[in-house]
Amino acid sequence: MTVQVDARGLSCPQPVILAVEAVQKGEFPIEVLVDTVTSRENVSRMARSKGLKIEIEDLGGEFKLTLSK
Amino acid sequence: MLNRLTRFFASRWGIILTGAVIGVIAPLLQKLGNPKNMGICVACFERDIAGALGLHRAALVQYIRPEIIGFVLGATLAALLFGEFKARAGSAPIVRFLLGVLAMIGAMAFLGCPWRANLRLAGGDLTAIFGLLGLVAGIAIGVWFLRKGYNLGRAQKTYPAVGWIMPVLMIGLLLLLIFRPQFSEGGPIFFSESGPGSLHAPLLISLAAGLLIGFLAQRSRFCTVGAVRDVILMRDTHLISGVGALLVTAFVMNLVLGQFHLGMTAQPVAHSSNLWNFLGMTLAGLAYTLAGGCPGRQLFLSGEGDGDAGLFVLGMIVGAGIAHNFTLAAKPDALSDGVLTVGGLNAYGMTAVLLGLVVTLVIGFTMREKKA
Repeated sequence: MTVQVDARGLSCPQPVILAVEAVQKGEFPIEVLVDTVTSRENVSRMARSKGLKIEIEDLGGEFKLTLSK
Repeated sequence: MLNRLTRFFASRWGIILTGAVIGVIAPLLQKLGNPKNMGICVACFERDIAGALGLHRAALVQYIRPEIIGFVLGATLAALLFGEFKARAGSAPIVRFLLGVLAMIGAMAFLGCPWRANLRLAGGDLTAIFGLLGLVAGIAIGVWFLRKGYNLGRAQKTYPAVGWIMPVLMIGLLLLLIFRPQFSEGGPIFFSESGPGSLHAPLLISLAAGLLIGFLAQRSRFCTVGAVRDVILMRDTHLISGVGALLVTAFVMNLVLGQFHLGMTAQPVAHSSNLWNFLGMTLAGLAYTLAGGCPGRQLFLSGEGDGDAGLFVLGMIVGAGIAHNFTLAAKPDALSDGVLTVGGLNAYGMTAVLLGLVVTLVIGFTMREKKA
């Protein structure tokens, strides 16, 4: 079961906070939806720092980041 | 090529480069005419713009600062070039405006934004330490609210024209600066004839410096408040390495240029009422954190189409008008014939800082999403 996190439209640092909360629950994979490149970079950096695998899909102005162990 | 540049600016070296460029440029701007220990100060420069427009009548601090114009337009250029210009707005706009007003009242109690706090320290002004400690305290309170679910809600994608309001406003300011119209006898646009407002580097150099910094900071997401916030919130040292680079390079530049003067009192455009240096920056730091970024970052965001950040900037400019019209802004220390007069806040200023803290705390407590 994929965990969904919709962080679109949220300003710094909300997208990362929501993603971290999902990671801490420990259920993977997690799909994080963001709509700015800044949020994409911030969530990616957090995921890398936690040693997670990350796939990024460009949805045309929005991004889907899939985090997995 | 653009992708490679994006990856570089998202890296630690990208943020360090941005901080270092600011740390080099600010002392140079001071050498070329900007006020002492104020090569760049986002809050002070927005205050000067408010004064030039006649939103306050403090005759010593009135000038349309090209650096601010450059910050916004440089960010706009970068965002357009890299396909990141995106009009968005609608995340509790009136709260963001109010946070801007309160942040400026706090900044005017200290006499500077987080950038200037670092630049003051890099110039030897030890009172900046109290401001920086206050800033960290304010950010820490803000992080506590973030952990408790504080959230101003989502912004919505909107018409491109909305995103252009701040860049076009800046072009308007640039035209006012170049043509210097006087709208009525004894009326605006005002330009200081003495004091900090009269001190400035040549227009084109200031504008170019602003554009360069705006461009780099948009790419690297440089933010002095996010820097401390990320360390407290998740032990992330990415952004703070940029602030560290700023502090170190500005310190070295000041040594090289003979602009380093160590001291605790009578520092340039600064006061040594250190409790109020601390509390002013606590208020500002909390307001910046609740709004999502330092005043520089808000300018860069407003340049890439973020209408909510634009409203925070306008709140700061209006806040500067309020701070000076109601004598809430601090007076600097004065040294006359070897006699030191310690500056600081009057009773109105102290009351405003304390009330501002109460209001920001109310915002933090009341604007939280219930956690499941």
